[in-house]
Order: sequence, then structure tokens, then C-alpha cells
Amino acid sequence: MATQHSRSAARLMMAPAVFVLLVWMLVPLGMTLWFSFRQYLPLRGGDLGFAGWDNYVRFVTSSSFWPSIYSTLIIVGGVLVITIFFGILLAMLLDQPMFGQGIVRILVIAPFFVMPTVSALVWKNMFMDPTNGLLAHLWRFFGADPVVWLSDVPLFSIVLIVSWQWLPFATLILLTAIQSLDSDQLEAAEMDGAPHLQRFWYIILPHLSRAITIVLLIQTIFLLSIFAEIFVTTGGAFGTRTLTYLIFQRVLESQNIGLGSAGGVYAIILANIVAIFLMRIVGKNLDT
Amino acid sequence: MARAVSSRRKAINTAVAWAIGLLIFFPILWTILTSFKTEAQAIADPPIFLGFDWTLENYRIVQERSNYMRFLWNSVIIAGFSTILGVIIAVPAAWSMAFVPSRRTKDILLWMLSTKMLPAVGVLYPIYLICIELGVLDNRVALVVIIMLINLPIIVWMLYTYFREIPGEILEAARMDGASLRNEILYVLTPMAVPGIASTVLLNFILAWNEAFWTLNLTAVNAAPLTAFIASYSSPEGLFFAKLSAASTMAIAPILILGWFSQKQLVRGLTFGAVK
Amino acid sequence: MTTTQRLLGTVAGIGLASGMAATAMAQDTTITIATVNNGDMVRMQGYTDQFTEETGIGVEWVTLEENVLRQRVTTDITTGGGQFDIMTIGMYEAPIWAANDWLVPLDDLSDDYNAEDILPAMRAGLSYDGTLYAAPFYGESSMIMYRTDLMEEAGLEMPEEPTWQFIREAAAAMTDRDADINGICLRGKAGWGEGGAFIMTMANSFGARPVNEDWEPQLDSEAWNETLTFFTEMMAESGPAGYATNGFNENLSLFQQGKCGMWIDATVAASFVTNPEESEVADSVGFALAPSAEGVDKKANWLWAWALAIPAGTEQADAAKQFIEWSTSTDYIELVAENEGWANVPPGARTSLYENENYADVPFADLTLASIDAADPTNPTVDPVPYTGVQFAAIPEWAGMWGQVSQEFSAAYAGQQSVEEALEQGQAIMTDALEAAGY
Repeated sequence: MATQHSRSAARLMMAPAVFVLLVWMLVPLGMTLWFSFRQYLPLRGGDLGFAGWDNYVRFVTSSSFWPSIYSTLIIVGGVLVITIFFGILLAMLLDQPMFGQGIVRILVIAPFFVMPTVSALVWKNMFMDPTNGLLAHLWRFFGADPVVWLSDVPLFSIVLIVSWQWLPFATLILLTAIQSLDSDQLEAAEMDGAPHLQRFWYIILPHLSRAITIVLLIQTIFLLSIFAEIFVTTGGAFGTRTLTYLIFQRVLESQNIGLGSAGGVYAIILANIVAIFLMRIVGKNLDT
Repeated sequence: MARAVSSRRKAINTAVAWAIGLLIFFPILWTILTSFKTEAQAIADPPIFLGFDWTLENYRIVQERSNYMRFLWNSVIIAGFSTILGVIIAVPAAWSMAFVPSRRTKDILLWMLSTKMLPAVGVLYPIYLICIELGVLDNRVALVVIIMLINLPIIVWMLYTYFREIPGEILEAARMDGASLRNEILYVLTPMAVPGIASTVLLNFILAWNEAFWTLNLTAVNAAPLTAFIASYSSPEGLFFAKLSAASTMAIAPILILGWFSQKQLVRGLTFGAVK
Repeated sequence: MTTTQRLLGTVAGIGLASGMAATAMAQDTTITIATVNNGDMVRMQGYTDQFTEETGIGVEWVTLEENVLRQRVTTDITTGGGQFDIMTIGMYEAPIWAANDWLVPLDDLSDDYNAEDILPAMRAGLSYDGTLYAAPFYGESSMIMYRTDLMEEAGLEMPEEPTWQFIREAAAAMTDRDADINGICLRGKAGWGEGGAFIMTMANSFGARPVNEDWEPQLDSEAWNETLTFFTEMMAESGPAGYATNGFNENLSLFQQGKCGMWIDATVAASFVTNPEESEVADSVGFALAPSAEGVDKKANWLWAWALAIPAGTEQADAAKQFIEWSTSTDYIELVAENEGWANVPPGARTSLYENENYADVPFADLTLASIDAADPTNPTVDPVPYTGVQFAAIPEWAGMWGQVSQEFSAAYAGQQSVEEALEQGQAIMTDALEAAGY
């Protein structure tokens, strides 16, 4: 049991991390809040005075607001579903004995090392380009009309690119979890003649639930703020404007800092709603 | 592996796994191949896989145009020091969370993670203004601090989960022997947690290396890392696939090689406490 | 700003300040230039050593892709970040920034430099209140580039001043889907400087205008509907698949691969499509002035310059000026001509270039000049408008507002909504943005 002494020592040792993060959170948050109540237009002379709730009202009443929430949820949700589903399959496959296991693992995790900008550029230009892209060549080879990925199925395309980047991460975490699965237990089930599906459903999946939660949590944090993938590919056109991207457009393209800051406050609220949901799930799963 | 597996099944596993692995790796492979083509061959119809005239011309052009080594060096410095600094701050915090937990430990942990959800674009102006005020634009130290702050929650969390797996009795025994808290952490805990710390360092080095918003927006010349290097090769006027591929290969090669060598460490260590 | 300062004080406490000592100590004689990664600029970087040799001034380049560059330099200029001694900006930024006193006026350039030699249209577009604030490195308008062989095959002849109706018929006649030849390639990509710029010029040539004299949006007008309907129908008949994502680069590679009959775009593209090393159709490219609708005397061509400007507040203003004088001078043009041929010199900036006998041999020289001359930023539309600029309005809100409008247009090009819906959405976006800005 921890003594009084070690409790105060613990608090002291936690202090630096808590303090720097508190500053890192409060300073930008404070400034964002401040700007969000100002009419702040750098190209029109800067701070033009108090704006009341104008920026907040304008941001949500703009016709792009709800579609941006929708795109955000679709992209985050889509990537989560794809990476977790294929991550589980891939992790189970990689856990099987095979020749060259190490090399296959390397191949599978490689996309995780690629910068988001690079992967977006490569996918957009070398794969999804409707004329010179490799996928277009493939489609033509089979006699089909090439798909114009970024305008015909824009959300799917972005989900695809982002999933490619995050699949390795999900696979890695799920793989470590599967490796820790007691093989005796599985063997016993096999002996009992339990079919594959049942074995998966009643033994493997429950065992993975913690790992799945972790993947869910970490990926959501990163996915809510994806930016480069949209900036490089569609620039927010064709309904791919996420909340983050909408804020970017308000702040940098329209040079309306006040309006963008109000958007930032909304984004923080959205993130917190998501966070509360996640904490409910994670909180339950992290108790040991 | 206690399970006996028929060689037929092993062969099937191998075939399927290799096919999927190559499919996932293909975009990277294609980028590397394209970097050795001429611009005309890069967009040839039908596409050429191997039977082109291999050339180093693109690498020569990229090398001539940009000071690759400077960008690389900045990437190494920023990713390296931000990770080290993060670990130094995170180890004590993770220690106290793991060994002296309180009712609020989990709340603090999740709060830390939630700081990562603030959209960076929303605070670009505030941060830019602060950097001007402090005179730290285009400054590696400032970037090290900022990237460290971005990754700190992840570092704390990962270390916390590793530390929790270490039996508290060992630490207590050390304490009984009269070890100070500092020595306890430095000489007892840390050595035991080396594998965990190693994979934490690896993951965060990768995340820091690939961070592309702050590193691009707060730098100009002196502190610009490889993310800025890439921005000078994307979509110029004229044909650019081959040159872009060469630049991309140069930007991801160092981290890819590092990742490959440390693959085993990553596979073993990336648990986030998911493994009971 | 007291709140800000208090907050700043807090941050200083956490040790960010420790970085101050490490701030790069720029040498007195080194200037930092932010520029776009286009061919002419990249070439200029190659000659920088000569400048350093001549003047002893070192040059650091920050070369970025166009969108990133805009984001970067705009953030820096509006906050007074002082990261760059020279910024590469366009005709859109120059007057707006100058009005905010963010740029050093270029009214004291040396006699040798001969500022009078800068093409009048470029000069006007880069000036504010009659003072030049950015020196054009190269300038462009837009014109028709077409395949002479395909035109001949179709039994047609390109008139000197074609109409849109002719272009549409010719495009249909040149289209051969089996041979992968599209009669016409045009920009559909979202972005105020991409498809947004093109459709503005096309609207000008159809007698439309984006706003009236009182800044009221006019996208609900008949003329805009006509423009967009004509454009989408023509592209459906003769345009490439997925044109809604095609910008300058995509169309350039299509044309160079021989997949376009006609292409209306920047005059600087002429040197790319006639370059046999890059283009499969280099031998058979013809040029013509941009079209207009029947009975409208405005043509669908824009006016743009990439120019070098000095942010106010830089301590290296003199060195920066020296560099600008060097890089936008006639001597620099001759330097490039000597080493890489006259077709590769930066075009569209100086009158003397078009009076030069050597340059007259370049096949696209005359039409480039004629196109630039045909663009009038002070009087871009049939009906009067309250702004200057051809393919944009030089107001701070334009980039953000028109960027979003062009996204609606692109969605219509991709068939995700009708032309009417796109115009309705655009009208709403403009009303909202102009209202927010207090027009």
C-alpha cells in the first residue's frame, strides 16, 4: 500500500507532464475562445472588435456545417470499421505458421511509416488518376470504364487511403493480442469439434475486445484531425469537407480567424462528445 | 507453437499471406520503381513494371535542387529529441500512475489523450502569434517542444501500461533496501521496462517523423524537415510523377528502414495494455 | 491584446523561451525567398549562384507547392512573422497586401532596371494606388492550344477569334472516343485558382458577372446558367472522363499524351506542349485567342503574374531589392536564353521581350502577347462590376468564397447535382460571405 510519502512524491512526479499538457491545452484554447468572440479579419485590418455570438451562429447556420459533420463521421467510422475488420483477419492470418513470416509482417506494416502527405500524393496521382493512374489501367485492361475515384466515390476514396495508412497499426496491436491467446484453450475447443466460426466468436473475439478498444480509441483521436489526405486529394470538394477542413477553409482560405475559431470551439465540443462515448467504452474495458 | 500443422495448410497460409502482404506493400513498391523511370515512362500506357531503362536521373535532379541532408537532419533532430524529451517527462508520470494509483488516475490519463483532439488548424494563428512573440519561428527547439507535447499523451499511456505489468513487490524490495525514489526508477524500474520503453520510443519517433502540420507551418529554412521537402515536389507544372516518386522514396526510406529493423520490437511491444 | 500578452507570458514560463537563444542567426547577407515549385522558378534557383557571385548576397530558397505556399506566406504576412525577405505572390495578393501596408513599394528601382519596360497590364495588376509593389517574374494569360492535325482531319480551320459555338462544334468533330481523343480539355477542378478561375473567364465571355455594382451576387442570373449549362454539355459531349478533377497539370499531361484536341489554358503551357522532350504532339500544336460567345466582346482569357514582393519589416530590404532587380531584369532573360534557348525564358513580363527579334521565332510569342493585351482587369465584364481583376475580384474574401463556390460547380460537373442547384448553392455561399464581410 502506498504511503503518504509516496503519494506526495507521486503527485510531484506527475506534475511536469500534467503541467505542460495543461498549458498546451489552455493557452491555445484560451486564445481560440478569445478570437471566437472577435471579428478578426487579418486582411481587413485585424481585430475589428467584439462580435458577440455572431461567429458561432454564422458557423453553424452555414450550409456547409452539417454536411461537414456528416463527412467527418463517415470518414472516421468508415476507417475504423475497415481497419478493425481487416485488422482482425490479417492478424489471425499472420499468427498462423508460414514461410517468411517476418518478411510478410514487414510488408504489411510498411504503410504505417509513410507520411500522410506522401501517401495521399501517391494514391491520388499514381493510382486514382483517371487517365494515368494504375487503377485506371487495370480497369481498362478488363474492358471497363475507369472509375473517377475522387469525384465519383470521393468519401470512399479517402476512407481507402486513410485505411491503408492505419491498417498496419490495427493489425500490429491485434496481432500482439492474438499472440497472447492461450493456445491450449483454442486446441481444446478444436478437439471438442467447435466450428471455426464459433471458436472465433466465443474465444478469439472476447479475447481481442481490449485490443479492439485500444485501436478504436487511438485511431479516433488521430482520425478526427486528418487533414493532409483531404488537402492533397480533393481539397474538400465533392462532399469530403470534414469539420477540420471546414475550419481550415474559414481560417486560411477565407482569412476569417474569428469564424474559424468559433469552428474550432465546435470541433472541441464534438471531440469531447466522442471522447465521452469512448471513455464509457474504454473505461469499462480498461478496468483490470 | 504446440499445434501440429499440416504442410498443406502451411503452404496455403504462406500463399495467402504473401499475396495480401504484397498487395498492401504495392503502392510503396510502385513508388520506388517509378522513381527510377523517366517522366515519360512514369505515365506510359500500358504501365511498365520492370522493363524500363533504370535511371538515377530523378535522384540527381532532386539532390541538385534541394539540400536533402539538411531536411533529413532536421527530421532526425526533431523526431529524436521530441521523443527523448517526451520519455523523460513521461517516465515519472507513468510511474506514479502505475504504482501509486488514485481514483483520478484514469481520468487524468483520458484527459491527457483528449488534448490530442484539439484541431491543429483551429489554433494555427494563436500558436503562430506566440512563436513570433517568443522569436521561435523556424526554430528546431520550438518544434521539438511542440511535437513532444503532441505525442506526450501517447507516450505516458504506453509507458503506464508497461509499468503496470511490472510487479510492485520488486520495487518495494528495492525501497526496503534503502534505494531512493530516483534510484528506484532509474536503476530498478527502467531496466525492467526497457522493451516497453523501446517500443514507445519507436512508435513516437515514427509519429513525430510523419507529423506534417506544425513542421510545415512553423518552419522556413533552418528547421524545415522532410515534410517540407515533399511540399516542394508535389504537383508542379509539367510532368512530375517520377521526380515526386524519387523525393517520396528519399523522405520515407530512413524511417522505413528503421521500422524494418525494429519490426520485431514493434510486434512484441505495441500492446497499449491490450494484452492481459 | 492584453489577454494575449498575459497568455504569452504563461507560455514563456514553460520553457519555450529557451529556444530563443537558438534562433537562427541569419548572416547579414543572406535572404530567404519563398517561392512556388513551377519550372521557371526552379530554373531561377539554378542560376542563384551567379547572383551570389556578383553581389555577395546569399540566397536561401523555400520552395513549396502552390497551395501550401499561399497558406504559408499568407499566415506569415498577416501575423508579421517575418520569415521571408521575398515572397512569390500573384496578382490577387499584391493589391490587397499593398493596401494593408504589408509590402515594400518598388518605386525606387534603378534606371538600369527600366521598370517602364514591364508590360502595362502586368504593371497595373501588381500596383496599388499607382505604385508598383511586386515585380513580375513571369506573366500569363490564357489561350486556345489545339492540334493542327486533328483540326485538319475534321475539315475545319481555326478562326483568329473563334466563338464558343465554333469551339463546341470543332470539339465534337475532333472527338474520337475509340482512339482516346477528347475534343476539348478544360479545368473542372475545384479551387478559385483552378476551375474557379477558368469558369469566371468563361462567364465573362458569356456576358455574365459574379456581382453587380452593389456587391449583390448574380449567380442566379440567366447568363450564369447559360455559361454553366454550355460548359457541362460541351464537356459531356467532348471532354475527358472525370474532368471535374482536372486542373492545369492533369490537362497538361492529357494534351502532351495526345489525348486532347483543344485545350484552353495558361499561355505558359505553350512552351511545355511544344517541347519535344515532354510532348508527343510537339510538332502539331496551333494557337488561337480564347473564345467568346457570339455577340459578346469579352474573351475568355485571364491575366496572371507570379511576382516577387518584399514584406514590410524585413531588415534585408536592400538585398531583397537587389535580387528582385536581378531576377526580373532583361539581363536575366538573356542569361536563360543563352543557356536554354529563347523558348524557355520567363514570358509575359516585359515589353522588350516581345520586341526582341530572337524571341519572335518562338511560335507562341505573338499570341501570348495578344492574349495578355486582350485581358483588361479594370473592365473585365460586359456589365459594370465594382472590383478589379479578370478571373478573380481583388477583395480579401474572394479566395475563400470563390473556392467554395467552385467546389459546388465541380460537384455539378461530376454529376452530383444539377447546374441549377450548384448556382443556387453558390449564390447562398456568396451572399453569406459578402454579408459577413460587411458589403
